[in-house]
Amino acid sequence: MIEFTMPSLGADMEAGTLREWHIEPGDYIEHGDIIADVETQKGIIEVECFDEGVVEKLLIKEDEKVPVGTVMALINPVGGEEREEAVVHEKPEKMHETRREPVPHVVSPVVEHHRIKISPLARKMAEENHVDYTVIKGSGEKGAIVKEDIEKAISQEEEQPKSTEEKPGTTTNFREAIAAAMTKSNREIPHYYLEIKVDMSKSLDWLAERNKQRQVKERILPIALLIKAVAKALQQVPDLNATWENGLVKKPEINPGLVISLRTGGIVVPAVRQADRKSIEEIMETLNNLIPRARSFKLRSSEISDGTVSITSLGEGGADRVYGVIYPPQVALIGLGSIKNEPWVENDMLGIRPVLSITLAADHRATDGHTGDRFLKALRQQLLNPEVL
Amino acid sequence: MTAMTKEDLKKLLFQLLKSIAPDAEPEKLRPDENIREALDIDSFDYLSFIVALDEKLGIETPEEDYGKISTLDDLMNYLSVRT
Amino acid sequence: MHEQQTIEKITYRDALRQGLEEAMRKNDKVFLMGEDVGRYGGAFAVSKGLLEEFGADRIMDVPLSESGFVGAGIGAALGGMRPVVEVMTVNFSLLALDQVVNNAATLLHMSGGQLNVPVVIRISCGIGRQLAAQHSHSWEPIFAHIAGLKVLSVGTHEDARYMLGMALQELDPVVIFEYTAMLNHESEIHEDQIVRDIKKAKVRRGGKNLSIITYGAGVYKALEAAEKLMGVGIDTEVLDLRVLRPLDIDAIRATVTKTHRVLIIEEAWKSVGVAAEVTALIMEHAFYELDAPVERLCGAEVPIPYPKHLEDASIPQTEDIVDKVKKMVGK
Repeated sequence: MIEFTMPSLGADMEAGTLREWHIEPGDYIEHGDIIADVETQKGIIEVECFDEGVVEKLLIKEDEKVPVGTVMALINPVGGEEREEAVVHEKPEKMHETRREPVPHVVSPVVEHHRIKISPLARKMAEENHVDYTVIKGSGEKGAIVKEDIEKAISQEEEQPKSTEEKPGTTTNFREAIAAAMTKSNREIPHYYLEIKVDMSKSLDWLAERNKQRQVKERILPIALLIKAVAKALQQVPDLNATWENGLVKKPEINPGLVISLRTGGIVVPAVRQADRKSIEEIMETLNNLIPRARSFKLRSSEISDGTVSITSLGEGGADRVYGVIYPPQVALIGLGSIKNEPWVENDMLGIRPVLSITLAADHRATDGHTGDRFLKALRQQLLNPEVL
Repeated sequence: MTAMTKEDLKKLLFQLLKSIAPDAEPEKLRPDENIREALDIDSFDYLSFIVALDEKLGIETPEEDYGKISTLDDLMNYLSVRT
Repeated sequence: MHEQQTIEKITYRDALRQGLEEAMRKNDKVFLMGEDVGRYGGAFAVSKGLLEEFGADRIMDVPLSESGFVGAGIGAALGGMRPVVEVMTVNFSLLALDQVVNNAATLLHMSGGQLNVPVVIRISCGIGRQLAAQHSHSWEPIFAHIAGLKVLSVGTHEDARYMLGMALQELDPVVIFEYTAMLNHESEIHEDQIVRDIKKAKVRRGGKNLSIITYGAGVYKALEAAEKLMGVGIDTEVLDLRVLRPLDIDAIRATVTKTHRVLIIEEAWKSVGVAAEVTALIMEHAFYELDAPVERLCGAEVPIPYPKHLEDASIPQTEDIVDKVKKMVGK
């Protein structure tokens, strides 16, 4: 029997309130199915289950609040045999030769792209009416999105302008959650900081050149390129793509979380999964999908909990650099300042270049300054050679 | 595209800005104020705004022109030349 | 006279007989041949009384040899006659399949367009009379597979009354499936249900929540189910295919476009049947109209059992249809 427990959707989460079950006993569930809505301080999150089997029993009632780790449901695995969990978890450990014994429940299983079940008609209607169906909960068989769901979404959109919408995650809750996580971070993590300045002219020129050939809609923002560069640099310095749980636990996937600030205050950090394997175009597509959902509090549990490192970006025209606070249990946070034209010395010549100040905040328990330095150099190398990204 | 009055254009711009930043009050923008700074719009939302301009008005704004449309006045001028 | 026709109830059998009588009166090249069609009045009494009216030349008893008399019918058609060949039960039609496929269906092609074969073959078929695996089966899919044939299925009294006449207008071979279990079923002939061609499927009942696509004995069952479903607020459309070859793609597309959900009912075995073909056509022509997967209720994959309860269980019944539709619509 598989025990499905209240997931930890971030280091700051201690308990969650079950708002709705999407399953009932006897239902067959597949890897990646959304089985419940859980309300946390960050709003209502759709929680996925990564096991396959038949729901045996629901142990928690709707609107009940339980601590992280509480068994919520029992699932009868397919074929009646439980998978050998230890094997799954040990693999990444061996590959990366870590010092400590594995910490089972922090290693995320290999998450493939989550498929959305939507009927062909509903999909056509959504596209014609510019409805983002990725955020709609399906009412059809096995949670498929059907015509009625799209019609509802269209009429809701017409009825209430977005500004008056009441969303579950309130500013106060958000502040509490962020306060808890950041306090924990500053209390427990001995941060060290490094900074490097990078001449961004090559990267920006390269991007501008490519954007010229694109439709407005398909243009790529520098952040997509920066995420890719960070992911590639992490490939070379995997110690920073990890968590600290009484020891360094390197992660098999590189899932950089991007800090997204909400207009109503607060931040969320959805992960761009396997960014090292995605093209820059694919990363931009992912952002196009994630950011609007993050802003409307419609992220899935795995998108919030899968981050293995965080990136915070200030955007243009503001502060030069950012010294970040690590999001526990991660061990590194990369801060991107604003790109500004600055005097720049190269080959003993003075010129003007668009310069980006990149900082690294890292956990000194997990790595030393030398590791951080290697990472920043690798990252600079990527940004100086955008064509190989 | 049929000729649009200045007022219509302004209205449309406010509407688009509001859909991106629902809490902002574009009506209060001064004509020479930097829109992004005044309304606190990040690069992602700004791109959405430019995409919306393209869809509504059929005007493709090349990246190198972003600097020419930073204030309301500039934006109005830029668009009215092109519509 | 016209008024009277719309309110008077007649049996499916009488409707078939009226159609036959009318065709024989209209054209003296039309004649009926088959086992026991004359002196005995037909194995199912469809041709009862016709021998007296039209004589032994036109109501012709034949020996128990399907291959022989179907072949003779094809020969008569080639010779300029308009034969109606009756095959007593669908099981024995297989004995004539060689004639049907290798002669009737192919001669036009093999003669370079010189030889039309205007033969009409009527086959009694279907399930529900405890005739067991010897005498009851649904082999519409077998015939509907054959290029060169037109295949019709008589699912209503209106078609029982008028389909034969239209089949006799065709230049090429037509196979008509009639349903033994429906012979005693009484109904009115409704003007608005009469279709004056054998090209189109017919919406027997309009609806908006789901379409049942069916034919033959499935039509009345689907209509009955639709009535019951109306009671729980599900408005079901019923499309009677009527013509199994060639299938009316436009009608199929239209009903999918209207209701976006489809259940196909067929008494024949599920595998490789008409339902499978309709499903494939929907994929090809109306995929983006679907709001749920197409579903099928078909015959169980067994030879038709003799005991009543097993026979009933071997094909979709009205209750099965009601249950399935409720599930599909989510009520």
